Amino acid sequence: MEGAQALVKCLERQGVEYIWGLSGGAAIPIFDALITTGTKIKLILVRHEQGATHMADGYARATGKPGVVLVTSGPGATNTITGIMTAHMDSVPMIVITGQTITSMLGKDAFQEADVFGLTMPVVKHSYLIKNTQDIPRIVKEAFHIASTGRPGPVLMDIPKDISSGQFSGSLDPEMDLPGYNPHIEINQDHIMGIAEALRKSKRPVILAGHGALISRAFPAIEKLAETLKAPVTTTLLGKGAFNEEPPLALGMLGMHGTAYANKAMVECDLVMSIGSRYDDRIIGQASRFCRDAVRIHIDIDIAEINKMINVHHYCIGDARLVVEELIKHASELDTKEWLTKLNGYKKKYPLKYGKHGGLKMQHVLDELYKMTGGKIIVSTDVGQHQMWAAQFLKTVRPDDWLSSGGAGTMGYGFPAAMGAQWGKPDEQVWAIVGDGGFQMTMCELATACVHKLPVKILVLNNHYLGMVRQWQELFYDDRTSGVDLEGNPDFAKMADCFPGAKGFTLKRPADVRKILKRAMDYNDGPCVINAECEKTDNVFPMIPAGRALEDMIIERPRYKMEKPTGST
Amino acid sequence: MTNAPSIHTLSVYVANKPGVLARIAQVFARRGFNIESLVVSPAMDGKFSRMTIGISGNPGMLDQIIKQVSKLIDVLTCRDHTDDEAVVRELALVKIRCGVDRRSEALQVVEHFACKTVDLTDKSMIIMATGDSEKVDAFINMIKMFDVVELVRTGKVLMVRGDQPT
Repeated sequence: MEGAQALVKCLERQGVEYIWGLSGGAAIPIFDALITTGTKIKLILVRHEQGATHMADGYARATGKPGVVLVTSGPGATNTITGIMTAHMDSVPMIVITGQTITSMLGKDAFQEADVFGLTMPVVKHSYLIKNTQDIPRIVKEAFHIASTGRPGPVLMDIPKDISSGQFSGSLDPEMDLPGYNPHIEINQDHIMGIAEALRKSKRPVILAGHGALISRAFPAIEKLAETLKAPVTTTLLGKGAFNEEPPLALGMLGMHGTAYANKAMVECDLVMSIGSRYDDRIIGQASRFCRDAVRIHIDIDIAEINKMINVHHYCIGDARLVVEELIKHASELDTKEWLTKLNGYKKKYPLKYGKHGGLKMQHVLDELYKMTGGKIIVSTDVGQHQMWAAQFLKTVRPDDWLSSGGAGTMGYGFPAAMGAQWGKPDEQVWAIVGDGGFQMTMCELATACVHKLPVKILVLNNHYLGMVRQWQELFYDDRTSGVDLEGNPDFAKMADCFPGAKGFTLKRPADVRKILKRAMDYNDGPCVINAECEKTDNVFPMIPAGRALEDMIIERPRYKMEKPTGST
Repeated sequence: MTNAPSIHTLSVYVANKPGVLARIAQVFARRGFNIESLVVSPAMDGKFSRMTIGISGNPGMLDQIIKQVSKLIDVLTCRDHTDDEAVVRELALVKIRCGVDRRSEALQVVEHFACKTVDLTDKSMIIMATGDSEKVDAFINMIKMFDVVELVRTGKVLMVRGDQPT
């Protein structure tokens, strides 16, 4: 057996269904083994390697299983870096297999040679340069174990061509050798008791659920805890789905463009408990003023997150679900009636809203989409204004329905990730909500979607701008627009029609929103693209300018000139 | 939290695999820490290595750095021993130009610091100094009265006293 054949058999043993990839010289033995082994693993040939990583990412987020990517050396491998970094920032399990030049040529500037092991080091959970064919099964086993346990993340295997084509003899199921890695964490009962005690004293608690709550399947436990305590729950952008956003205890998303009532709850609470979020800068704003007078609690699987952004009074390290289940044992109803009444008042006073007059509004399209589907769709977004409005208006009512590049903020993520989710959940209706900027970065994958007749609905919220940057320039830089005007956009609907099996729709009038969305829902022979020509210069509110405290949230466009933000990006 | 840079000595126990040092160095570099000294060698069991790393940078960031290094898959432990009771040693080799006329003067310095001459010719001498960093510093300061041609220092190695693990 060749090393590449052993590799494919090991991938089978890991339950791999799909490989997203693009071939090339150094990876030919592996692509060949996909044929010679007669494997049932389906190879999806993409049009650009970045798309492969986002598809694997979308598959992983929608199913919880690692997505697998296979590319060649040099540029094939470097094209995956954005996707690997995206997965790393958001703790998404992914396996990236890169072909490499033969071992005797390593470091000699061989054709299509790149130091992929070195290039990707800062953005992987772990990586391997395989130097011995016999090591392949052990390394594959370790890679899947590392990628999918503890705090998940991407793992890269760089395989020189002579290693993948070398002869293999040995066990396909060897022992792992990971003396420095133990994802099993004993929950510290003293820490649990400390948190339980703090909860008992709270009258104005807020539970903050993040992506970790979804990864650990903690949502039933969080629901039970919130209902036992009678505590409201807000979620991060990536935590959408960890708590149904419809019931009265839900506050929706918090942070820079979160709901006003979620942010007001953070300002006025006497206790905040994060479950599987990393208190990132988009949530806390100015760190020194975040929940200054509240008891701050952090539940996380990664000890490196504790006291990283803010100092906390109590923490507990462990799997979010197991920790919350422990906490439930010590939880009883709190006297939060007054607190919930107050928050309800904020919900009525500061609802998410948009103007009904003038041209087509992105919020309007998203609002209708939510009303038509009841939120029972998988949504994948790009990055920018459309992403924030989607987070606001498309409430997430089920786990694993919301896919978005949160940490990395990767434009071009939405469409390929939606494709990956569609492969993982073929019976679900999957929507890619994208902007005209981001879509153009990965829209070449329309061909891939057509080949596989994926019925992904691509909603291009088109304002002919890189809208979020334009918004900042309008608010903070005297409306000097620089490098944001996307003149030269194609007609996305017409473009879709050029792809065999794809369909394009054009949406211009507010009165047509339901009609066009319905048509898209009814088209399932392949992907479809709705080109929604939206108002060009609308702004996303509420907004907390970067680096400012949550108290400084603005609900609508201020009349005065605003200072340039001091926070990062 | 204070922001004045301070010097710390970390002891890191790692699996002896390619790329470990690069991964650790990246954790420091990304957060603006400078590596002042570094000693890497196989541990008792050849599957593992021991790294003793002297670093300087913002102490408020140190806790985060230790956690991030500990998190690396190939790292078994990473401990800060700056304030621990520990044996710390360095070794230095110093080559001086020294003829017969000043030899006995040089040997006096060697004797005072309990150093050793490890190479001797009619024109030069290599002296080996061992001890804690302060002693090695003091010796080097003193030997500068001669014409120092070359100087090599190992950097610190460290072991915690008593039965506490390093």
